[in-house]
Amino acid sequence: MIPFRACGWGLALVFATAASLAAQAPSLTAPVTVDTVANGLTVIVHEDQSVPVAAVNIWYHVGSGDEKAGRTGFAHLFEHLMFMGSEYAEYPTFDRMLEAAGANNNGSTTEDRTNYYEWGPSNALALMLWLEADRMGGLLPVMTGGKVDLRRDVVKNERRQSSENQPYGLATETILALLYPAGHPYSWPVIGSMTDLSAASLGDVQDFFRSHYVPNNATLVVAGAVKTSEVLRLAGEYFGHIPRGPALPRATAEAARLARDTSGVLEERVQAARLYYVWPTVKDQADDAAALNLLAYLLSGEKNSRLTQAMAYEDQSASGVFAFQDGKRLAGDFWIVATARPGKGLPELQGTLAPELNRLTNDGPTARELDQAKNSTEANLLRQLETVNEKADQLNSYFVRTGTADGFAAELSRYRAVTAADIQRVAKRYLQAPRVMLSVVPQGHPELAATPTQVTP
Amino acid sequence: MTAHPPRAPRRSFACIAALVLAAPLAAQTSLTQPPPLGAPAELRLPAVQLAKLPNGITLRLVEMHEVPLVQITLRINGGARLDGDLAGLATFTANMLDEGAGTRDAFGIAAQAAYLGADLSTAADWDHLYVSLNTPKRTLAEGLDLLADLALRPTFKATDVARERDLRLAQIIQQRDQPNPTASLAFNAITFPAGHPDHRPANGDSSSTAQLDSLAVRRFYQRLARPDQAEFVISGDITIAEAKREIAARFGRWIPDRMARLRPPVAPAVAPPAQRTVYLVDKPGAAQSVIMIGAPGVLRANPDYAAIEVMNTILGGSFSSRLNQNLRETKGYSYGAGSSFAWRPLPGPFVARSAVRSDVTDSSLVEFFKELNAIRDAPVSEIELDRARNYIALALPGQFETTGQMADQIGELLDFGLPTSWFTTYLRQVGAVTAADVQRVARRYIDPARVHVVVVWDVEKIRSGMRGPDVGAACMRPLHAAPTCGPYMRPLHAAPTCGPCMRPLHAAPTCGPRRPIAVQCSTGHPCPRPSPGLPLMRDAPTGMLAR
Repeated sequence: MIPFRACGWGLALVFATAASLAAQAPSLTAPVTVDTVANGLTVIVHEDQSVPVAAVNIWYHVGSGDEKAGRTGFAHLFEHLMFMGSEYAEYPTFDRMLEAAGANNNGSTTEDRTNYYEWGPSNALALMLWLEADRMGGLLPVMTGGKVDLRRDVVKNERRQSSENQPYGLATETILALLYPAGHPYSWPVIGSMTDLSAASLGDVQDFFRSHYVPNNATLVVAGAVKTSEVLRLAGEYFGHIPRGPALPRATAEAARLARDTSGVLEERVQAARLYYVWPTVKDQADDAAALNLLAYLLSGEKNSRLTQAMAYEDQSASGVFAFQDGKRLAGDFWIVATARPGKGLPELQGTLAPELNRLTNDGPTARELDQAKNSTEANLLRQLETVNEKADQLNSYFVRTGTADGFAAELSRYRAVTAADIQRVAKRYLQAPRVMLSVVPQGHPELAATPTQVTP
Repeated sequence: MTAHPPRAPRRSFACIAALVLAAPLAAQTSLTQPPPLGAPAELRLPAVQLAKLPNGITLRLVEMHEVPLVQITLRINGGARLDGDLAGLATFTANMLDEGAGTRDAFGIAAQAAYLGADLSTAADWDHLYVSLNTPKRTLAEGLDLLADLALRPTFKATDVARERDLRLAQIIQQRDQPNPTASLAFNAITFPAGHPDHRPANGDSSSTAQLDSLAVRRFYQRLARPDQAEFVISGDITIAEAKREIAARFGRWIPDRMARLRPPVAPAVAPPAQRTVYLVDKPGAAQSVIMIGAPGVLRANPDYAAIEVMNTILGGSFSSRLNQNLRETKGYSYGAGSSFAWRPLPGPFVARSAVRSDVTDSSLVEFFKELNAIRDAPVSEIELDRARNYIALALPGQFETTGQMADQIGELLDFGLPTSWFTTYLRQVGAVTAADVQRVARRYIDPARVHVVVVWDVEKIRSGMRGPDVGAACMRPLHAAPTCGPYMRPLHAAPTCGPCMRPLHAAPTCGPRRPIAVQCSTGHPCPRPSPGLPLMRDAPTGMLAR
């Protein structure tokens, strides 16, 4: 890995020549140029001239994991406020100008980062960059308490729509509170609580912006039918005047450790019971992360995966089962989620799940199974190269997480290196350990809940 | 035969562009003024190459060599409109194709496809049945072997059919938990009369699903799957010669069954309601009210198509649209509101929809009707008009980026019998739409006095708070009276968040602003709840306007 370092304009560190992709031999790569504006803003450019479209993608290194207690959901509420107008692009100019240029935009928030992106015809590139720069440099002069109140209402509606009015919609936040100790930055959901959303003030917005929305806490990726030199010039002109902010250490936290199995039951208005097993595992980019991702695939990635085959096909206790490793910056967790057929109890699902998990742990996957998992991973990486919008976000993600933007091939090699013994080892180490178990059952049917288990380290 | 690559006429594009260029063409970079837009790129579509096999199969192909992927979709004419009395038969039959074919069972098919790095999927909509393969170039031959097994040698074993039928029955029950599908189900049952194919869900209901068996599925597929009713749509890293050779090797000896092909019944005429009626669907405990307002829509083969699209973009088809601006941005009642015309070979419905805070359900209805009336009562401003025309026209070149998008675009031409040059025609038509046109088509195709209104809500919570807005007579429908359906239908190349129930590695789900109707799984597994690791979007799909 080439270490990234700041350098002045005109001294761009060229990692690879961004030749036209069309002329290249097909491979799992998206070559980039990386540069830094004097104020600390990292700029990454990837040229792809195949279609006349361009994508601008900016990551701010702040997420719900950086929130203060009593202000959960604030990073995401703030994301919404970034669309409420800025010094020279007053609300609702942002959306209107982009639409008038045939471009689209959106933003999203996770525990670890907040991103903003625009994509559309490549002739709108300068407009996209100008709009991003204007809100990075000039959000506060036009921010008001009224805007905060209005966005608060919209975000509360988002919480209703995505959590409260969805079946099983409150399971995730219930589990996070059981999995992580109180006060841990991952112990609350990204959307936050209604009470905390109500408490957010204009002062909070101003403090948060000054601390986190500074050029040295952001990375900007431009991908598509653009000229690298032109992008670097525009980035310097539009963003260069924005002052560097104080260096801000990110939140730190220990990985979660459960002393014993923890069980919970939620009664909800659902037709079928659902079982959640969640174990603390490892953070993103940890040595075992790739093996855990492949383990998840081996359990539920396809019809022939172990749990899907056993539970959805053979004994038909479940209508579906889904496993995944969720590796974040500070910690990670591994989830198995199985939905019972209507009327069935979760102990029946447990009765199939446990032996299948043990069998995979004890005997390991077959060579063919493991190859299937790796090949499927590779093809998914290839599909991520199809749109400049997705490439831009991936380049940003790899750069932030690993220090190398064009990380597609390196990502694949981490998966290719995993052995059957690795799968057995991580299954044993992380899944034969205390976990959180949540049963969501139809109201009035606590008898359908899972049988509590007693695993202690 | 090779179609000429269509070219956007420079003049019309320049005309559209000129409207955008409100900012002065300043040579100096300004931080206080938005930069002027350069000239937009021309819409340069690669040629759609055509080939025909002796047994009648048509191949349409667009070469895209940027990424070593190939997308191959077999489209067979005939879908859920042929269901007859057995609602859900076509979608269920499509679902059965990858549950056993050739010498492989469901596990063998899935294992082989994934081993090849291929996405293999099957689906049916109202008018077609699809078998699709998206595969890395280097595993094309083996991928096509699988596709041919699915299309030509499905086994439809009785035990497999019974298992999938039971799964679908379970999913139909579970769907009652979902407010958006519940609303759609009720809306379609109300809007389309009994006997019309759209009256019942394309995925069937509990009673029709319970009757599905191996014999019914086998007979249906035999009559449906004929080479003279089949077309391949191909895009990606492949040439026409190669495609023709590989497909002929596998499908060249496919001959039609002796039984006559199925023909769709003539659908009864659909009229909008004589008066506006509100249907309340009780969903105890609902945290929001889901509102759907609409009526039977418009035939796609309509000279007003471009004007309708511009009008709807202003009304509810974009983030800056009036409905979203009003209900979300100004009032804060909702996380998103929008409207759409469903374009299908038969007229699909016009629908405006949102999910709103329960205690402002009535106020939201008032705002909906305010906007539905306003777009008829006064011409839109030139600024709104320009923005909508440009939003449609300038975004078009970006809708041919992936092999899947390309296949969808070609599929749209085929669906409506349009020539490849249609995209150019459409751009010209969009550029020519006037404010008077917008008002005319709004008046002609949206009649707020004659719509169905479906509201899925918690009756107990609302009863006292509903102040009875003057939106028409209210009639109550119990939640489960409407036929229910399982989550099987999905557009081809559906969004990854909900397709195969596997979270893409580290991939943020892309949440494009104009994704139509909510994507649903066809894999037989429930879509996972967003995990803690999935980012919250600023604007997520509301089921209609996705942003």
